[in-house]
Amino acid sequence: MAITTDNNAPAPPVAERASTSTGRAGDKIFLGLSRGSGILLLVIMASIAVFLTYRASLALSQNEGNFLTTFDWNPAGDPPVFGIAVLLFGTIVSSVIAMVIAVPIAVGIALFISHYAPRRLAAPLAYVVDLLAAVPSIIYGIWGALFLVPYLEGLNLWLDQFLGWTYIFEKTQVGVARSLFTVGILLAIMILPIVTSVSREVFLQVPRMNEEAALALGATRWEVIRLSVLPFGRSGVISASMLGLGRALGETMAVATVLSPSFVISLHLLDPGGGTFAQNIAAKFDEATELGRDALIASGLVLFVLTLLVNGAARLIIARRKEYSGANA
Amino acid sequence: MAKRIDVSGLTAYYGSHKAIDDISMTVEPRSVTAFIGPSGCGKSTFLRTLNRMHEVTPGGRVEGKVMLDDENLYGKDVDPVAVRRTVGMVFQRPNPFPTMSIFDNVAAGLRLNGNYKKSELAEVVERSLKGANLWNEVKDRLNKPGSGLSGGQQQRLCIARAIAVEPDVLLMDEPCSALDPISTLAIEDLISELKERFTIVIVTHNMQQAARVSDRTAFFNLAAVGQPGKLVEIDETERIFSNPSVQATEDYISGRFG
Repeated sequence: MAITTDNNAPAPPVAERASTSTGRAGDKIFLGLSRGSGILLLVIMASIAVFLTYRASLALSQNEGNFLTTFDWNPAGDPPVFGIAVLLFGTIVSSVIAMVIAVPIAVGIALFISHYAPRRLAAPLAYVVDLLAAVPSIIYGIWGALFLVPYLEGLNLWLDQFLGWTYIFEKTQVGVARSLFTVGILLAIMILPIVTSVSREVFLQVPRMNEEAALALGATRWEVIRLSVLPFGRSGVISASMLGLGRALGETMAVATVLSPSFVISLHLLDPGGGTFAQNIAAKFDEATELGRDALIASGLVLFVLTLLVNGAARLIIARRKEYSGANA
Repeated sequence: MAKRIDVSGLTAYYGSHKAIDDISMTVEPRSVTAFIGPSGCGKSTFLRTLNRMHEVTPGGRVEGKVMLDDENLYGKDVDPVAVRRTVGMVFQRPNPFPTMSIFDNVAAGLRLNGNYKKSELAEVVERSLKGANLWNEVKDRLNKPGSGLSGGQQQRLCIARAIAVEPDVLLMDEPCSALDPISTLAIEDLISELKERFTIVIVTHNMQQAARVSDRTAFFNLAAVGQPGKLVEIDETERIFSNPSVQATEDYISGRFG
C-alpha cells in the first residue's frame, strides 16, 4: 500500500526479471486473498450490526415499557412490555463472579506450569487444562445442574452462616442453588482453560534476560515473577481475561441448564433467579412471536454492544501500558 | 566492600556435558580482571559460577570452591539468593526492567533487600546513577521507563542498578558487545572509576578492551569443540599482551587462531 511502482519510469533490468517471475503472480494472489478476507470480516461484522439494529428497532418501536429499566419480558402481551434490566444485571454479575474466581486461579496455574512445575509435570498439566476447553458447553450445563447445584448447597449454607452479614451472601430463599452465584462458578470453570493457556503462553515468552536481571539482583523465585514475569505478562493476562469474559458474557446452554430464571434483580447472589441475555434468548426464542423474536434480537444487540465495549476497554488498558510493556525492550 | 575471590578446583557442567574443567585462580580486590578466549571456552560459564547464576540454567551444576574472602559461596548453608545480592552482574545485552521507570530500576535491588530507609532511597538512586555516569542524562526523566533510553544508556542504567546495592564484586559479561564505540568508551571509562570501589571481573571478546581496562587478564581455551574449557594462564595484563608464558596465549593474542 505504501509502495507504489512508477510504470512510466524506465524499468531497470532487475525489476523486469522480477515482474516476469512466477513469484509476482503468487504475490498478487496472496494479496487478493488476504485483502479479501479482511474485507469479508468487515462485511460480516457490519451485516450483523445492521441486522441486529434493524430487527431491534422493529421491536423497540412497539415496546410500551422502558427497554432499559423494565423488570419484565412480555412482548406477547397487550400492550407488549419488555426490558433488559434483569438480563443486563444477571449477565454482568455472573460474568464478574466468573472473572473474580477464574482469573487468579488461571494466572496461578499458568505460573505453575511455566515457572514452577518440573518439565515432566508441566506438559501433561497444560494438556489437561486445554482439554477442559474441549468439553461442550451443554455437558458443563448438565454437570452443573446434576452435580454442582446439589453439592453447592452446603457451601451456600456455610456462606450464608458466616458471610450472610455482607448482604450478597445472605440466603433469603430456601431451595436448590440454581442461582447466579452457581452460574458464576460454572462459568469460571468454563473460561479457566482459555485464560490459563493464553497466560501461560505469555509467561513462557518472558525473555530469559529479563528474568536473569532479577535473579542477578538476588531475587527469589517469587520476586523474579513479581519483577519480570508479571509486568511483562500483564497485557497478555488482560487480553486472556477479556477472551474469557467474552465467553462468559455470551455463554448460553450451560447457563440455561443451571439457572432457574425469573425477572427479578436481587443482590442476594445465592438465591435462585435472575437471567442473562444469552440464556433468555435460548429459553424464549422457539416459542416467541414475531415481535417476541425481534425483542430478543434487541436484547442480543445490547449483548453485542456490551462485548464491544469490554473489548474496547481492554485495548485501551493495554495501549495505555504500552510505553512500559516488554514489547519495546 | 571489594572482596578477594579465590577459586579452587572449579568444574561446571551442563547436564552431563563438562563445560569448564578444574579452574583455580585468584581475583584481586579493587582491580579489573579480564577473561579472554575463543567462543565456547567457558569464560562466561565460569563468570556465572562466581555468583551462582550457572545453576539457574536447567542441568547446570558446579563442583569446587569459590571463596569470597573467607566465605565459600558453595558452602552447605549458603543461599544462592544471598550470594547474588553481594556479587552483582551486568549482562551482554542491556536488560533494564522494561515495565519500570529509571528510578525504580535503580531502586529495584534495594527494595528486594528490604533494609533501606525511604528517605535514603532517592539519595542512593542519585549516587548510583552518578556512579554510572548517567545522572546528568536522566535526572530530568527519572520517572520515564528505562527501556526508552539508548542502548549505551540502558547498559549504564544496568550498572547503576547493580552498584546501588553496594556489592562486593561486580561481574560483567561482555558488557559492551551490543554497544557502539562511543558508548563502549563511556562504559570503559566507568569501569576504570568503579575499580576504586569494587572487585571487577569482565568477560570480553575485544582484546583491545581487555588491554585497556584490565589489570590482570586470564586466558581460557579449549582443546576442541565439545571439550571442556580450561584456564591457560592468568597474569598481569601487560605481561599477557607482551610476553605471555604460554605459546597458545601468544597465538591467540596475535590473531593466529580463535
